[in-house]
Amino acid sequence: MSRIDTSAMSRMQILARNPAVIALTVALALAGCANKKNLPNNAGELGLNGAGAATPGSTQDFTVNVGDRIFFDTDSTSIRADAQQTLDRQAQWLARYPNYAITVEGHADERGTREYNLALGARRAAATKEYLASRGVPANRLKTISYGKERPVAVCDDISCWSQNRRAVTVLGGAGM
Amino acid sequence: MIKSSFFRAVMVAAGMLTALMAATPANAVVEININKGNIQPLPIAVTDFLSNNDLGAQISQVIAADLQRSGLFAPINKSAFIEKIADPNKAPRFEDWKVINAQALVTGRITREGDGRLRAEFRLWDTFAGSQMTGQQFFTQPENWRRVAHIIADAIYKQITGENGYFDTRVVFVSESGPKTARQRQLAIMDQDGFNVRMLTNTKDIVLTPRFSPSRQEVTYMSFEGNQPRVYLLQLETGQREVVGNFPGMTFSPRFSPDGQKVIMSLQQEGNSNIYTMDLRSRTTTRLTSTAAIDTSPSYAPDGGRIAFESDRGGRPQIYVMNADGSGQTRISFGDGSYSTPVWSPRGDLIAFTKQSGGKFSIGVMKPDGSGERILTSGFHNEGPTWAPNGRVLMFFRQNAGAGGPQLYSIDLTGYNELQVKTPSYGSDPAWSPLLE
Repeated sequence: MSRIDTSAMSRMQILARNPAVIALTVALALAGCANKKNLPNNAGELGLNGAGAATPGSTQDFTVNVGDRIFFDTDSTSIRADAQQTLDRQAQWLARYPNYAITVEGHADERGTREYNLALGARRAAATKEYLASRGVPANRLKTISYGKERPVAVCDDISCWSQNRRAVTVLGGAGM
Repeated sequence: MIKSSFFRAVMVAAGMLTALMAATPANAVVEININKGNIQPLPIAVTDFLSNNDLGAQISQVIAADLQRSGLFAPINKSAFIEKIADPNKAPRFEDWKVINAQALVTGRITREGDGRLRAEFRLWDTFAGSQMTGQQFFTQPENWRRVAHIIADAIYKQITGENGYFDTRVVFVSESGPKTARQRQLAIMDQDGFNVRMLTNTKDIVLTPRFSPSRQEVTYMSFEGNQPRVYLLQLETGQREVVGNFPGMTFSPRFSPDGQKVIMSLQQEGNSNIYTMDLRSRTTTRLTSTAAIDTSPSYAPDGGRIAFESDRGGRPQIYVMNADGSGQTRISFGDGSYSTPVWSPRGDLIAFTKQSGGKFSIGVMKPDGSGERILTSGFHNEGPTWAPNGRVLMFFRQNAGAGGPQLYSIDLTGYNELQVKTPSYGSDPAWSPLLE
């Protein structure tokens, strides 16, 4: 049922013989935020509850092991194939941990006007919410909020970087309407 | 005639302006360097107002700065002055001013009334005609001395150009500070020349798009207070705030109707945004657009009869115009790229906009039927024009690529005289007030 990268899993199992190395590895992955999607989502079950390891069902578990965000093409609100995989994982995780309220934050890059980007972020959040609902997440758990272009995560002046800011982030708990 | 020499000088300037405004090729305006002085500014001598402290000199400095920033006047350096004005009510030695080519001369005096108020008197002289053009006096509390200077500058501007001034005005804007990824935003208000900055909100919540009421005592804006992004009203005198309406979604992009009785704004529901008005007295709401698209940035014509707005119903954002009841929605922008943030001129003859094309963001104007598009300034990112109340000058914000923040700029309607408006930190979303009273 849950989508576990088996090669990563075996790597983790080997490393599990040395918990210190594990903790370091997980901490680095957190800081780098790079390959978080490939980490197993049951690190806790492997006895990895030390510093930096995510407790299953925790916000950190969701962020690190499931992936809390998807990205969009310029001026687009369609859910890309890679984003669908992330949202499928999110839906599975959210089904397993049904007590979280969820807010989907929609964001735009800086290459638009303020007002339009508020609406564009809202449209991205709505599209993400709709997809999650189609994968069985009850709509009454799902709120949305748009921050337009006001909360970038990457500061830059080129296309590769702007793409990181065109995003929808699934926040556990959180605000939203 | 008394005004003969001024008439000549101003006609020269006006002739230039008219010619430039009629120039249709958009690029022609952008390429002209304003520092080349294509508009010949009128040389004017603004003498220190007589006073028993340095207030007289400070007031004349504010007047001269206003006139200079307009791009239509060239205040002469005081070190060139020959005559020292001893009695501002007596005719000056016109020859002394003609010889330094001062076509106009401003003299004045500041005195203190028995009740503590300031009395400010000024006279505007036509040196080549050898006559007084106007003379006025004002009374005010001492702390309002900058306003008196702006009022005098407006009187000079109006006397010489024949148009209303815009110096006794204020600007609300978003004051921004901190790194881009954790930017803090506050509403702020200042005089149009960047002085007397006052914060209107704290840094806790994101605030955006403040707009002045025509009555000047209110600002409508958007705030993320309580993580519920909604449109608010703020009373400038009391600081009292209230939410505008009770809508089932994000409300944003607010603006007042010209009579001040309504707020027009966008309401977002799921993926769509449509335009609504709320009557501030009856609290009734009216839906004006109904599309599965983003309709936003509504702006009334000054007579209240029509509304310009932005919509991506055709694919990309474009400017549309509709009647005040929502009927007759018609696209007016057809150039390359996309068009956003239409703002109707106070004169009604033009709509200013933000244009996104070829990787650049420009500020431009077009007629309400979409013809006569002219780009005033272009670059990495220029956004959000607002009009001075006389419809001659626009303010907007500019963001350069990378980590920095936005800054405010003003530009003449002709595309000349682009100037930064200094703010204490980064600034965006300027909105110009009507003329104060």
